[in-house]
Amino acid sequence: MSNLFAELSKTVIEGNLDEIVQLTQDALDDGLSAKEILDKGLMPGMDHVGVEFKAGNMFVPEVLRSARAMQSSMVLIKPLLAETGADMTGKVLIGTVKGDLHDIGKNLVGMMCEGAGFEVIDMGKDIEPQDFVDAVKEHEPHILGMSALLTTTMRSMEHTVKALEEAGVRDKVKIMIGGAPVTQAFSDQIGADGYASNAASASELAKKFMG
Amino acid sequence: MAKNLTTVVSSKIQTVEINRGNPTVIIGERINPTGRKLMLKALQAGDFDIVRSDAVKQVEAGAKILDVNAGVPGADEPALLKQVLTTVMDVVDVPLCIDTADPEALEAALSMYEGKALINSVNGEERSLGAVMPLVKEYGAAVIGLCMDDDGIPATPDDRLKVAGNIIERAGKMGIPVEDIVIDPLALTMGSDHTSGLIAMQAIEKIIAEFGVNITMGASNISFGMPDRKFINSTFIAMAIHAGLTCPITNPLEPEVSIAVKAADLSMGRDEYGMIWIQAYRARQKEQEEN
Repeated sequence: MSNLFAELSKTVIEGNLDEIVQLTQDALDDGLSAKEILDKGLMPGMDHVGVEFKAGNMFVPEVLRSARAMQSSMVLIKPLLAETGADMTGKVLIGTVKGDLHDIGKNLVGMMCEGAGFEVIDMGKDIEPQDFVDAVKEHEPHILGMSALLTTTMRSMEHTVKALEEAGVRDKVKIMIGGAPVTQAFSDQIGADGYASNAASASELAKKFMG
Repeated sequence: MAKNLTTVVSSKIQTVEINRGNPTVIIGERINPTGRKLMLKALQAGDFDIVRSDAVKQVEAGAKILDVNAGVPGADEPALLKQVLTTVMDVVDVPLCIDTADPEALEAALSMYEGKALINSVNGEERSLGAVMPLVKEYGAAVIGLCMDDDGIPATPDDRLKVAGNIIERAGKMGIPVEDIVIDPLALTMGSDHTSGLIAMQAIEKIIAEFGVNITMGASNISFGMPDRKFINSTFIAMAIHAGLTCPITNPLEPEVSIAVKAADLSMGRDEYGMIWIQAYRARQKEQEEN
Protein backbone atom coordinates (compact mmCIF):
# COMPACT_ATOMS: atom_id res chain seq x y z
CA MET A 1 0.00 0.00 0.00
CA SER A 2 2.50 2.58 1.18
CA ASN A 3 4.53 1.67 -1.87
CA LEU A 4 1.79 3.04 -4.11
CA PHE A 5 1.80 6.35 -2.23
CA ALA A 6 5.55 6.67 -2.68
CA GLU A 7 5.20 5.83 -6.34
CA LEU A 8 2.47 8.45 -6.79
CA SER A 9 4.68 11.06 -5.13
CA LYS A 10 7.61 10.09 -7.33
CA THR A 11 5.45 10.26 -10.46
CA VAL A 12 4.31 13.77 -9.51
CA ILE A 13 7.89 14.86 -8.84
CA GLU A 14 9.02 13.48 -12.19
CA GLY A 15 5.99 14.99 -13.92
CA ASN A 16 5.38 11.65 -15.57
CA LEU A 17 2.15 12.31 -17.46
CA ASP A 18 2.10 8.89 -19.10
CA GLU A 19 2.08 6.92 -15.87
CA ILE A 20 0.11 8.95 -13.39
CA VAL A 21 -3.40 8.19 -14.63
CA GLN A 22 -2.80 4.44 -14.62
CA LEU A 23 -1.14 4.65 -11.25
CA THR A 24 -4.06 6.59 -9.80
CA GLN A 25 -6.48 4.03 -11.22
CA ASP A 26 -4.39 1.20 -9.72
CA ALA A 27 -4.50 2.91 -6.35
CA LEU A 28 -8.29 3.28 -6.53
CA ASP A 29 -8.66 -0.36 -7.65
CA ASP A 30 -6.56 -1.40 -4.67
CA GLY A 31 -9.17 0.20 -2.46
CA LEU A 32 -7.32 3.36 -1.51
CA SER A 33 -9.60 6.35 -0.98
CA ALA A 34 -9.39 9.49 -3.07
CA LYS A 35 -8.56 11.46 0.09
CA GLU A 36 -5.62 9.16 0.90
CA ILE A 37 -4.32 9.36 -2.65
CA LEU A 38 -4.39 13.15 -2.43
CA ASP A 39 -2.99 13.49 1.10
CA LYS A 40 -0.38 10.74 1.09
CA GLY A 41 0.55 10.48 -2.59
CA LEU A 42 0.04 13.66 -4.62
CA MET A 43 0.48 16.35 -1.95
CA PRO A 44 3.82 15.09 -0.58
CA GLY A 45 5.01 14.95 -4.20
CA MET A 46 4.06 18.58 -4.91
CA ASP A 47 5.44 19.55 -1.51
CA HIS A 48 8.81 18.16 -2.51
CA VAL A 49 8.60 20.03 -5.84
CA GLY A 50 7.91 23.25 -3.93
CA VAL A 51 10.91 22.77 -1.67
CA GLU A 52 13.24 21.97 -4.55
CA PHE A 53 11.90 24.88 -6.66
CA LYS A 54 12.45 27.28 -3.79
CA ALA A 55 15.98 25.97 -3.33
CA GLY A 56 16.74 26.52 -7.02
CA ASN A 57 17.12 22.81 -7.74
CA MET A 58 14.01 22.50 -9.89
CA PHE A 59 12.87 24.91 -12.62
CA VAL A 60 9.66 26.36 -13.97
CA PRO A 61 9.15 23.80 -16.79
CA GLU A 62 9.56 20.97 -14.27
CA VAL A 63 7.08 22.54 -11.88
CA LEU A 64 4.62 22.88 -14.78
CA ARG A 65 5.04 19.20 -15.65
CA SER A 66 4.57 18.13 -12.06
CA ALA A 67 1.48 20.28 -11.73
CA ARG A 68 0.09 18.86 -14.95
CA ALA A 69 0.70 15.33 -13.70
CA MET A 70 -1.07 16.13 -10.47
CA GLN A 71 -3.99 17.65 -12.37
CA SER A 72 -4.32 14.52 -14.51
CA SER A 73 -4.62 12.47 -11.36
CA MET A 74 -7.06 14.95 -9.83
CA VAL A 75 -9.40 14.48 -12.79
CA LEU A 76 -9.98 10.93 -11.55
CA ILE A 77 -10.17 11.60 -7.83
CA LYS A 78 -11.94 14.98 -7.72
CA PRO A 79 -15.45 13.55 -8.34
CA LEU A 80 -14.83 10.96 -5.62
CA LEU A 81 -13.64 13.63 -3.19
CA ALA A 82 -16.81 15.58 -3.84
CA GLU A 83 -18.94 12.44 -3.34
CA THR A 84 -17.43 11.63 0.03
CA GLY A 85 -17.52 15.28 1.05
CA ALA A 86 -13.83 15.19 1.96
CA ASP A 87 -12.58 18.61 3.05
CA MET A 88 -10.07 20.44 0.92
CA THR A 89 -7.41 22.48 2.72
CA GLY A 90 -9.28 25.65 1.84
CA LYS A 91 -10.34 27.81 -1.07
CA VAL A 92 -7.97 30.23 -2.82
CA LEU A 93 -9.01 32.84 -5.37
CA ILE A 94 -6.16 34.18 -7.51
CA GLY A 95 -5.65 36.65 -10.31
CA THR A 96 -3.21 39.07 -11.95
CA VAL A 97 -4.32 42.66 -11.36
CA LYS A 98 -5.78 45.18 -13.79
CA GLY A 99 -3.48 46.35 -16.59
CA ASP A 100 -1.06 43.46 -16.09
CA LEU A 101 -0.84 40.48 -18.44
CA HIS A 102 1.96 38.59 -16.67
CA ASP A 103 0.58 35.33 -15.41
CA ILE A 104 3.39 32.79 -15.11
CA GLY A 105 4.01 33.48 -11.43
CA LYS A 106 0.30 33.58 -10.71
CA ASN A 107 -0.21 30.26 -12.51
CA LEU A 108 2.60 28.70 -10.49
CA VAL A 109 1.00 29.92 -7.26
CA GLY A 110 -2.27 28.32 -8.36
CA MET A 111 -0.51 25.03 -9.08
CA MET A 112 1.43 24.99 -5.83
CA CYS A 113 -1.76 25.76 -3.88
CA GLU A 114 -3.57 22.96 -5.66
CA GLY A 115 -0.62 20.78 -4.82
CA ALA A 116 -1.13 21.72 -1.18
CA GLY A 117 -4.73 20.55 -1.38
CA PHE A 118 -6.47 23.88 -1.87
CA GLU A 119 -9.39 24.38 -4.19
CA VAL A 120 -8.12 27.09 -6.54
CA ILE A 121 -10.25 29.49 -8.53
CA ASP A 122 -8.09 31.28 -11.11
CA MET A 123 -9.65 34.48 -12.43
CA GLY A 124 -6.92 34.97 -15.03
CA LYS A 125 -5.16 38.27 -15.75
CA ASP A 126 -6.03 41.98 -16.11
CA ILE A 127 -8.62 41.75 -13.29
CA GLU A 128 -10.41 44.91 -12.13
CA PRO A 129 -10.73 45.55 -8.36
CA GLN A 130 -14.51 45.33 -8.65
CA ASP A 131 -14.26 41.93 -10.33
CA PHE A 132 -12.16 40.67 -7.42
CA VAL A 133 -14.81 41.99 -5.03
CA ASP A 134 -17.60 40.28 -6.96
CA ALA A 135 -15.68 37.00 -7.05
CA VAL A 136 -14.96 37.15 -3.32
CA LYS A 137 -18.69 37.59 -2.70
CA GLU A 138 -19.62 34.80 -5.08
CA HIS A 139 -17.01 32.15 -4.19
CA GLU A 140 -16.37 33.07 -0.54
CA PRO A 141 -12.71 31.98 -0.64
CA HIS A 142 -10.56 31.80 2.49
CA ILE A 143 -7.69 33.48 0.69
CA LEU A 144 -7.32 36.01 -2.12
CA GLY A 145 -4.00 36.04 -3.96
CA MET A 146 -3.05 38.93 -6.25
CA SER A 147 -0.09 39.18 -8.59
CA ALA A 148 1.52 42.12 -10.42
CA LEU A 149 4.80 42.26 -12.32
CA LEU A 150 4.87 45.97 -13.09
CA THR A 151 5.57 48.91 -10.83
CA THR A 152 2.77 50.66 -12.68
CA THR A 153 0.14 47.98 -11.98
CA MET A 154 0.94 47.04 -8.39
CA ARG A 155 -1.13 50.01 -7.17
CA SER A 156 -4.16 48.12 -8.35
CA MET A 157 -3.63 45.75 -5.40
CA GLU A 158 -4.15 48.68 -3.06
CA HIS A 159 -7.28 49.69 -4.95
CA THR A 160 -8.59 46.13 -4.63
CA VAL A 161 -7.98 46.07 -0.87
CA LYS A 162 -9.88 49.39 -0.61
CA ALA A 163 -12.70 48.09 -2.80
CA LEU A 164 -13.01 45.01 -0.57
CA GLU A 165 -13.18 47.28 2.49
CA GLU A 166 -15.84 49.45 0.90
CA ALA A 167 -17.86 46.37 -0.03
CA GLY A 168 -17.64 45.20 3.60
CA VAL A 169 -15.93 41.90 2.76
CA ARG A 170 -12.29 42.73 3.57
CA ASP A 171 -12.43 40.70 6.79
CA LYS A 172 -13.86 37.65 5.03
CA VAL A 173 -10.56 36.84 3.29
CA LYS A 174 -6.85 36.73 3.95
CA ILE A 175 -5.03 38.65 1.22
CA MET A 176 -1.63 37.57 -0.08
CA ILE A 177 0.30 39.38 -2.79
CA GLY A 178 3.36 38.80 -4.92
CA GLY A 179 5.25 39.69 -8.11
CA ALA A 180 8.65 41.11 -9.00
CA PRO A 181 8.22 44.68 -7.69
CA VAL A 182 6.20 43.67 -4.60
CA THR A 183 7.77 43.69 -1.14
CA GLN A 184 6.72 42.90 2.43
CA ALA A 185 6.81 46.64 3.11
CA PHE A 186 4.37 47.25 0.25
CA SER A 187 2.12 44.50 1.58
CA ASP A 188 2.08 46.15 5.01
CA GLN A 189 1.52 49.56 3.49
CA ILE A 190 -1.58 48.58 1.49
CA GLY A 191 -3.04 46.46 4.28
CA ALA A 192 -2.62 43.01 2.76
CA ASP A 193 -2.12 40.05 5.09
CA GLY A 194 1.10 38.78 3.60
CA TYR A 195 3.69 38.73 0.84
CA ALA A 196 5.34 35.73 -0.78
CA SER A 197 8.41 36.00 -2.99
CA ASN A 198 7.79 32.78 -4.92
CA ALA A 199 5.13 30.18 -5.62
CA ALA A 200 6.32 27.69 -3.00
CA SER A 201 6.35 30.39 -0.32
CA ALA A 202 2.85 31.44 -1.41
CA SER A 203 1.41 27.97 -0.80
CA GLU A 204 3.20 27.85 2.58
CA LEU A 205 1.71 31.22 3.45
CA ALA A 206 -1.72 29.99 2.39
CA LYS A 207 -1.36 26.96 4.65
CA LYS A 208 -0.29 29.25 7.49
CA PHE A 209 -3.40 31.39 6.98
CA MET A 210 -5.54 28.26 7.39
CA GLY A 211 -3.87 27.63 10.74
CA MET B 1 9.94 40.88 -49.72
CA ALA B 2 9.63 44.43 -48.44
CA LYS B 3 12.64 46.72 -48.58
CA ASN B 4 14.65 47.07 -45.34
CA LEU B 5 13.74 50.39 -43.77
CA THR B 6 15.96 52.72 -41.75
CA THR B 7 14.70 54.09 -38.46
CA VAL B 8 16.47 57.24 -37.32
CA VAL B 9 16.51 58.32 -33.69
CA SER B 10 18.61 61.11 -32.25
CA SER B 11 19.63 63.11 -29.25
CA LYS B 12 20.67 66.74 -29.43
CA ILE B 13 24.07 65.73 -30.79
CA GLN B 14 23.98 62.03 -31.79
CA THR B 15 22.06 60.24 -34.50
CA VAL B 16 21.55 56.49 -34.63
CA GLU B 17 20.40 54.74 -37.80
CA ILE B 18 18.79 51.36 -37.26
CA ASN B 19 18.89 49.16 -40.36
CA ARG B 20 19.38 45.47 -41.13
CA GLY B 21 22.60 46.30 -42.99
CA ASN B 22 24.17 47.98 -39.93
CA PRO B 23 25.52 46.43 -36.74
CA THR B 24 22.83 45.64 -34.18
CA VAL B 25 21.78 48.59 -32.03
CA ILE B 26 21.57 47.62 -28.36
CA ILE B 27 18.98 49.56 -26.38
CA GLY B 28 20.20 49.41 -22.77
CA GLU B 29 17.42 48.22 -20.45
CA ARG B 30 18.89 48.94 -17.02
CA ILE B 31 17.26 52.28 -16.19
CA ASN B 32 14.04 50.73 -15.03
CA PRO B 33 12.96 50.18 -11.41
CA THR B 34 10.76 47.18 -12.29
CA GLY B 35 12.21 44.19 -10.50
CA ARG B 36 15.22 46.21 -9.33
CA LYS B 37 14.59 46.90 -5.70
CA LEU B 38 17.73 49.00 -5.14
CA MET B 39 16.92 51.36 -7.98
CA LEU B 40 13.30 51.54 -6.87
CA LYS B 41 14.35 52.55 -3.37
CA ALA B 42 16.83 55.11 -4.68
CA LEU B 43 14.25 56.72 -6.97
CA GLN B 44 11.71 56.81 -4.15
CA ALA B 45 14.29 58.65 -2.06
CA GLY B 46 15.09 61.07 -4.92
CA ASP B 47 18.59 59.60 -5.27
CA PHE B 48 19.75 59.47 -8.90
CA ASP B 49 23.27 58.10 -8.41
CA ILE B 50 22.37 54.60 -9.67
CA VAL B 51 20.68 56.13 -12.71
CA ARG B 52 23.83 58.12 -13.48
CA SER B 53 26.23 55.21 -13.12
CA ASP B 54 23.93 52.81 -15.01
CA ALA B 55 23.67 55.27 -17.88
CA VAL B 56 27.44 55.67 -18.16
CA LYS B 57 28.20 51.96 -17.73
CA GLN B 58 25.70 50.87 -20.38
CA VAL B 59 27.02 53.33 -22.96
CA GLU B 60 30.58 52.23 -22.19
CA ALA B 61 29.45 48.63 -22.71
CA GLY B 62 28.16 49.50 -26.19
CA ALA B 63 24.52 50.56 -25.78
CA LYS B 64 23.65 52.97 -28.62
CA ILE B 65 20.29 53.98 -27.16
CA LEU B 66 19.15 53.91 -23.52
CA ASP B 67 15.67 52.93 -22.39
CA VAL B 68 14.43 55.15 -19.56
CA ASN B 69 11.61 54.00 -17.33
CA ALA B 70 10.56 55.76 -14.11
CA GLY B 71 7.55 53.66 -13.13
CA VAL B 72 7.70 54.04 -9.37
CA PRO B 73 4.47 53.13 -7.58
CA GLY B 74 2.72 56.11 -6.06
CA ALA B 75 5.14 58.64 -7.56
CA ASP B 76 4.24 61.59 -9.76
CA GLU B 77 5.42 59.84 -12.92
CA PRO B 78 5.50 62.83 -15.30
CA ALA B 79 7.73 64.77 -12.88
CA LEU B 80 9.93 61.81 -11.99
CA LEU B 81 10.39 60.73 -15.61
CA LYS B 82 11.51 64.24 -16.52
CA GLN B 83 14.01 64.22 -13.66
CA VAL B 84 15.41 60.83 -14.66
CA LEU B 85 15.67 61.91 -18.31
CA THR B 86 17.49 65.10 -17.33
CA THR B 87 19.87 63.08 -15.17
CA VAL B 88 20.63 60.66 -18.02
CA MET B 89 21.06 63.45 -20.61
CA ASP B 90 23.54 65.16 -18.28
CA VAL B 91 25.91 62.20 -18.31
CA VAL B 92 25.54 60.57 -21.75
CA ASP B 93 24.93 61.77 -25.32
CA VAL B 94 23.06 58.78 -26.79
CA PRO B 95 19.44 59.03 -27.98
CA LEU B 96 16.84 57.84 -25.48
CA CYS B 97 13.90 55.49 -25.54
CA ILE B 98 11.09 56.87 -23.39
CA ASP B 99 9.46 53.96 -21.60
CA THR B 100 6.12 54.66 -19.92
CA ALA B 101 2.55 53.43 -19.88
CA ASP B 102 1.28 56.83 -18.73
CA PRO B 103 0.34 59.16 -21.64
CA GLU B 104 0.74 62.21 -19.40
CA ALA B 105 4.28 61.21 -18.45
CA LEU B 106 5.00 60.48 -22.12
CA GLU B 107 3.89 63.93 -23.21
CA ALA B 108 5.86 65.58 -20.41
CA ALA B 109 8.96 63.66 -21.46
CA LEU B 110 8.55 64.36 -25.19
CA SER B 111 8.03 68.06 -24.58
CA MET B 112 11.44 68.38 -22.90
CA TYR B 113 13.40 65.87 -25.04
CA GLU B 114 15.78 67.38 -27.59
CA GLY B 115 16.05 65.25 -30.72
CA LYS B 116 13.96 62.42 -32.10
CA ALA B 117 13.00 60.03 -29.32
CA LEU B 118 11.98 56.41 -29.53
CA ILE B 119 8.77 55.79 -27.59
CA ASN B 120 8.26 52.52 -25.68
CA SER B 121 5.51 51.73 -26.48
CA VAL B 122 2.19 51.52 -28.25
CA ASN B 123 0.22 48.32 -28.84
CA GLY B 124 -2.77 47.28 -30.91
CA GLU B 125 -5.29 48.06 -28.17
CA GLU B 126 -7.67 50.82 -29.15
CA ARG B 127 -6.97 52.69 -25.92
CA SER B 128 -3.22 52.59 -26.49
CA LEU B 129 -3.37 53.60 -30.18
CA GLY B 130 -5.67 56.50 -29.32
CA ALA B 131 -3.42 57.82 -26.54
CA VAL B 132 0.05 57.31 -28.02
CA MET B 133 -0.18 57.75 -31.80
CA PRO B 134 -1.18 61.44 -31.69
CA LEU B 135 1.93 62.11 -29.55
CA VAL B 136 4.16 60.20 -31.98
CA LYS B 137 2.79 62.40 -34.74
CA GLU B 138 2.95 65.67 -32.82
CA TYR B 139 6.56 65.22 -31.69
CA GLY B 140 7.81 63.45 -34.81
CA ALA B 141 9.08 60.54 -32.72
CA ALA B 142 9.62 56.88 -33.54
CA VAL B 143 7.62 54.29 -31.64
CA ILE B 144 7.81 50.65 -30.64
CA GLY B 145 4.63 48.74 -31.51
CA LEU B 146 3.95 45.63 -29.41
CA CYS B 147 2.22 42.71 -31.11
CA MET B 148 -0.72 42.52 -28.71
CA ASP B 149 -4.20 43.99 -28.79
CA ASP B 150 -7.54 43.99 -27.00
CA ASP B 151 -7.57 40.17 -27.24
CA GLY B 152 -4.17 39.80 -25.56
CA ILE B 153 -0.99 38.36 -27.06
CA PRO B 154 -1.71 36.29 -30.18
CA ALA B 155 -0.43 32.72 -30.00
CA THR B 156 0.62 32.36 -33.64
CA PRO B 157 3.17 34.22 -35.78
CA ASP B 158 0.46 35.00 -38.35
CA ASP B 159 -1.76 36.68 -35.78
CA ARG B 160 1.16 38.71 -34.44
CA LEU B 161 1.85 39.81 -38.02
CA LYS B 162 -1.77 40.93 -38.22
CA VAL B 163 -1.45 43.10 -35.09
CA ALA B 164 1.79 44.61 -36.45
CA GLY B 165 -0.08 45.38 -39.67
CA ASN B 166 -2.89 47.10 -37.78
CA ILE B 167 -0.45 49.31 -35.88
CA ILE B 168 1.42 50.23 -39.07
CA GLU B 169 -1.82 50.95 -40.92
CA ARG B 170 -3.08 53.17 -38.12
CA ALA B 171 0.20 55.09 -38.12
CA GLY B 172 0.05 55.46 -41.89
CA LYS B 173 -3.45 56.94 -41.75
CA MET B 174 -2.15 59.60 -39.36
CA GLY B 175 0.76 60.42 -41.63
CA ILE B 176 3.41 58.70 -39.49
CA PRO B 177 5.98 57.10 -41.80
CA VAL B 178 6.26 53.31 -41.58
CA GLU B 179 10.01 53.50 -40.89
CA ASP B 180 9.20 55.24 -37.61
CA ILE B 181 7.41 52.13 -36.38
CA VAL B 182 9.68 49.54 -34.73
CA ILE B 183 7.84 46.29 -34.10
CA ASP B 184 8.25 44.13 -31.01
CA PRO B 185 6.92 40.64 -31.82
CA LEU B 186 7.08 39.76 -28.08
CA ALA B 187 9.33 37.03 -26.78
CA LEU B 188 7.53 35.15 -24.04
CA THR B 189 9.48 32.89 -21.76
CA MET B 190 10.43 29.42 -22.89
CA GLY B 191 10.16 28.49 -19.21
CA SER B 192 6.42 28.11 -19.59
CA ASP B 193 6.25 27.21 -23.29
CA HIS B 194 9.25 25.75 -25.07
CA THR B 195 7.98 26.98 -28.46
CA SER B 196 7.96 30.70 -27.44
CA GLY B 197 11.37 31.41 -28.96
CA LEU B 198 10.50 29.76 -32.24
CA ILE B 199 7.18 31.62 -32.43
CA ALA B 200 8.92 34.96 -31.85
CA MET B 201 11.48 34.26 -34.58
CA GLN B 202 8.82 33.14 -37.05
CA ALA B 203 6.87 36.31 -36.27
CA ILE B 204 9.99 38.40 -36.98
CA GLU B 205 10.50 36.70 -40.36
CA LYS B 206 6.90 37.27 -41.42
CA ILE B 207 6.83 40.90 -40.24
CA ILE B 208 10.03 41.92 -42.03
CA ALA B 209 9.05 40.10 -45.23
CA GLU B 210 5.78 42.04 -45.27
CA PHE B 211 6.81 45.47 -43.98
CA GLY B 212 10.63 45.71 -43.86
CA VAL B 213 10.40 47.50 -40.49
CA ASN B 214 13.00 47.37 -37.76
CA ILE B 215 12.47 44.86 -34.97
CA THR B 216 13.07 45.21 -31.25
CA MET B 217 12.53 42.72 -28.47
CA GLY B 218 13.05 42.48 -24.74
CA ALA B 219 15.51 39.64 -25.16
CA SER B 220 16.04 38.73 -21.50
CA ASN B 221 12.52 37.54 -20.71
CA ILE B 222 12.91 34.53 -22.99
CA SER B 223 14.79 32.50 -20.36
CA PHE B 224 12.72 33.31 -17.27
CA GLY B 225 12.31 30.27 -15.04
CA MET B 226 15.28 28.45 -16.60
CA PRO B 227 18.73 27.81 -15.15
CA ASP B 228 21.86 29.29 -16.75
CA ARG B 229 19.86 32.05 -18.37
CA LYS B 230 22.81 33.92 -19.86
CA PHE B 231 23.57 31.08 -22.29
CA ILE B 232 19.97 30.95 -23.47
CA ASN B 233 19.82 34.73 -23.79
CA SER B 234 23.03 34.99 -25.79
CA THR B 235 22.19 32.14 -28.18
CA PHE B 236 18.63 33.34 -28.66
CA ILE B 237 19.67 36.91 -29.37
CA ALA B 238 22.13 35.74 -32.05
CA MET B 239 19.46 33.57 -33.69
CA ALA B 240 16.91 36.38 -33.52
CA ILE B 241 19.40 38.75 -35.19
CA HIS B 242 19.64 36.24 -38.03
CA ALA B 243 15.83 36.21 -38.20
CA GLY B 244 15.76 40.03 -38.46
CA LEU B 245 16.04 41.57 -34.99
CA THR B 246 17.81 44.94 -35.29
CA CYS B 247 17.55 46.75 -31.95
CA PRO B 248 17.10 44.47 -28.94
CA ILE B 249 16.31 45.96 -25.54
CA THR B 250 18.72 44.13 -23.30
CA ASN B 251 21.42 44.42 -20.68
CA PRO B 252 24.77 45.27 -22.33
CA LEU B 253 26.51 44.71 -19.00
CA GLU B 254 25.89 40.99 -19.37
CA PRO B 255 29.10 40.08 -21.26
CA GLU B 256 27.67 36.92 -22.86
CA VAL B 257 24.90 38.90 -24.54
CA SER B 258 27.18 41.70 -25.77
CA ILE B 259 29.65 39.18 -27.17
CA ALA B 260 26.91 37.14 -28.86
CA VAL B 261 25.54 40.28 -30.54
CA LYS B 262 28.97 41.16 -31.94
CA ALA B 263 29.60 37.61 -33.13
CA ALA B 264 26.16 37.63 -34.78
CA ASP B 265 26.90 40.96 -36.50
CA LEU B 266 30.18 39.59 -37.82
CA SER B 267 28.44 36.42 -39.00
CA MET B 268 25.83 38.52 -40.78
CA GLY B 269 28.54 40.44 -42.66
CA ARG B 270 27.84 43.70 -40.86
CA ASP B 271 31.22 44.15 -39.21
CA GLU B 272 33.66 45.25 -41.90
CA TYR B 273 37.06 43.54 -41.53
CA GLY B 274 35.78 42.32 -38.15
CA MET B 275 36.98 45.59 -36.61
CA ILE B 276 34.20 45.82 -34.03
CA TRP B 277 34.85 42.25 -32.93
CA ILE B 278 38.61 42.78 -32.65
CA GLN B 279 38.27 46.06 -30.76
CA ALA B 280 35.87 44.48 -28.29
CA TYR B 281 38.34 41.63 -27.80
CA ARG B 282 41.15 44.09 -27.04
CA ALA B 283 38.95 45.97 -24.60
CA ARG B 284 38.14 42.73 -22.74
CA GLN B 285 41.82 41.81 -22.68
CA LYS B 286 42.80 45.18 -21.31
CA GLU B 287 40.15 44.92 -18.63
CA GLN B 288 41.43 41.49 -17.62
CA GLU B 289 44.99 42.77 -17.37
CA GLU B 290 43.88 45.66 -15.19
CA ASN B 291 42.02 43.37 -12.78
